[in-house]
Amino acid sequence: MAVDNRPSNITVNYKANLLEVDIIGDWLLDSQIPDLDLILAQFGDGTQFNQLVFSTESLGRWDSLLMTELIKLITYSEEKGISVDTKTLPSGIQGLLGLVSAVPERAGVRRQLIHISWLEIVGNSGLRLQGDVNALIVFIGNLTLSVSAFFRGKAHFRWVDLWRNIQDCGPSALPIITLISLLVGLILAFVGSVQLSLFGAQLYIADLVGLGMSREMGGLMTAVIMSGRTGAAYAAQLGTMQVNNEIDALETMGFDPMEFLVLPRVLALIFVMPLLCLYADLMGIIGGALVTVNFFEVSLVEYINRTINAIHMLDLSVGVFKCAVFGVLIALSGCMRGMQCGRSASEVGDATTSAVVTGIVFIVIADSLMTIICNRLGI
Amino acid sequence: MSSPCLSIKNMTMAYGNFIIQRDLDFTINRGDIFVIMGASGCGKSTLLMHLIGLHRPMSGDVFYGEESLWQADYKDRQRLLRQTGVLFQSGALLSSMTLAENVALPLTEHTRLGAQRIRQLVSYKLALVGLAGFEDYYPAELSGGMQKRAGLARAMALDPKILFFDEPSAGLDPVSAKLLDDLIRSLRDHLGATIVIVTHELASIFAIGTYSVFLDMETKTMIASGPPKQLLAESRDPKVLRFLTRGASESSNISAIKRQGQEIL
Repeated sequence: MAVDNRPSNITVNYKANLLEVDIIGDWLLDSQIPDLDLILAQFGDGTQFNQLVFSTESLGRWDSLLMTELIKLITYSEEKGISVDTKTLPSGIQGLLGLVSAVPERAGVRRQLIHISWLEIVGNSGLRLQGDVNALIVFIGNLTLSVSAFFRGKAHFRWVDLWRNIQDCGPSALPIITLISLLVGLILAFVGSVQLSLFGAQLYIADLVGLGMSREMGGLMTAVIMSGRTGAAYAAQLGTMQVNNEIDALETMGFDPMEFLVLPRVLALIFVMPLLCLYADLMGIIGGALVTVNFFEVSLVEYINRTINAIHMLDLSVGVFKCAVFGVLIALSGCMRGMQCGRSASEVGDATTSAVVTGIVFIVIADSLMTIICNRLGI
Repeated sequence: MSSPCLSIKNMTMAYGNFIIQRDLDFTINRGDIFVIMGASGCGKSTLLMHLIGLHRPMSGDVFYGEESLWQADYKDRQRLLRQTGVLFQSGALLSSMTLAENVALPLTEHTRLGAQRIRQLVSYKLALVGLAGFEDYYPAELSGGMQKRAGLARAMALDPKILFFDEPSAGLDPVSAKLLDDLIRSLRDHLGATIVIVTHELASIFAIGTYSVFLDMETKTMIASGPPKQLLAESRDPKVLRFLTRGASESSNISAIKRQGQEIL
């Protein structure tokens, strides 16, 4: 195995108008080789030679490295008008050279490096944004048609898919929702307590946590979690189906992928999100209670009474309504990016990333709008 | 010429407790174009996975020359596998990289060559498989046959001594499949590499195979081995004959089948 490499070298002998190139030693990927450019420089302008022959008596082992050098040498010589005689090369090398030139490069196939100015980049991203908005509007339109078909009882999808989706995005999400909401309640309680205990109003931590969770944080945290958990999953599932031609197959069998794939996912999220939101509210309030009862000399009964007095039905329903809207947005962005996915593995990754990003952007924008509207309406 | 390159000794393959093939015992000689054939689902591709170090056999071993693949520790196994190249069924090019980057990947990882030299090697490999000029294309922009050839260029990046092919002609039209067969054969001739092919494509089996084994699904072991043409001419096993004659041996008259087989060729 461990045979020492013989040093590689090229010598050039000049015989009148004949160039004899002598290739010596081992030419392997890890060996040191002479700089070919120095040798090519000796050819001059090539006018005094008209033929190049090889001599390979002292050539040892060789691999692709020698091939690339030979190709360079031969191309250079031919450009200079020197005819190259490869007949004295070993038959393996001749065969490989034959293979390399067997399929000549098609004209216009090679890509040029194109410099793009920043103005063009800005313009392109503007155009892309316009395309995205168009696609979004078309997608919403199609989804609306499917939903109306559903309410007229004409949508074609399997109920078992709907139940499976509900199972996936509902009960299976409870552990993570529990953890995050409990901690958010805890944090709210601690942050509020710093201010409220300054004037001995620790009891009002209950108001703060209760209102904060039910109007805002419960829904928002649920939405962010579900966007990362379910929105991403939708995009990856639909994207992979796109890569495997599964969506094409459905279409040829006469199913509308919008109804068959997107509708059950959207419905499942719309159905589940309000319930998850209520659950998150409850967990947040429990988290707040843990802190308040343990650290601030408020009894559990007082805390519960205070919370019941603080939260009105209206607060709860505002939170739940917001969360239902978030559900639509998450399902929309996840399914849309999945359906738009290209046909390769890396594009599934892109689709998933952009589903989560789009989802969270939509959520935050919608939340701000709804908060402003509620504020103006005085609810 | 006939020094052993790869030997499979008494190997049994299984997924969990489910045995795929048992007691496989054969040798692949240097310079062979060795065909592993059998019906769909008989474990051909699984056998390939065992040969290239992706699956550990339940018992038995694979020897590269004299060295055991599965007794070796991780580092030695990597060293042994460095001398192999694999072309997967769909090409398995990394879709986020251009062809040049795909082919350059093993070179940048396992050699200390400069960027300029790697670029030259990549162009050479792509030219070898007839894809000169396609360096900066992404796999998704190419046809299936071109993706497969690019996969071959990547498999050859490190000048492997053994090249493995999983169903090379699957999904190719007859002309492209023939061209790929020719390419495989000339690579064997000029590079002096050993080729191992998993396939059920009869045309390729007879055109390029110099030796073969036949894996049977029911008895879960190899039931025939030899040069494919010789198997067709001399085998008496109805399963082998049915396979090699495309099921023409449903009639019991074996000599009639052989005549049909010769006509197919």
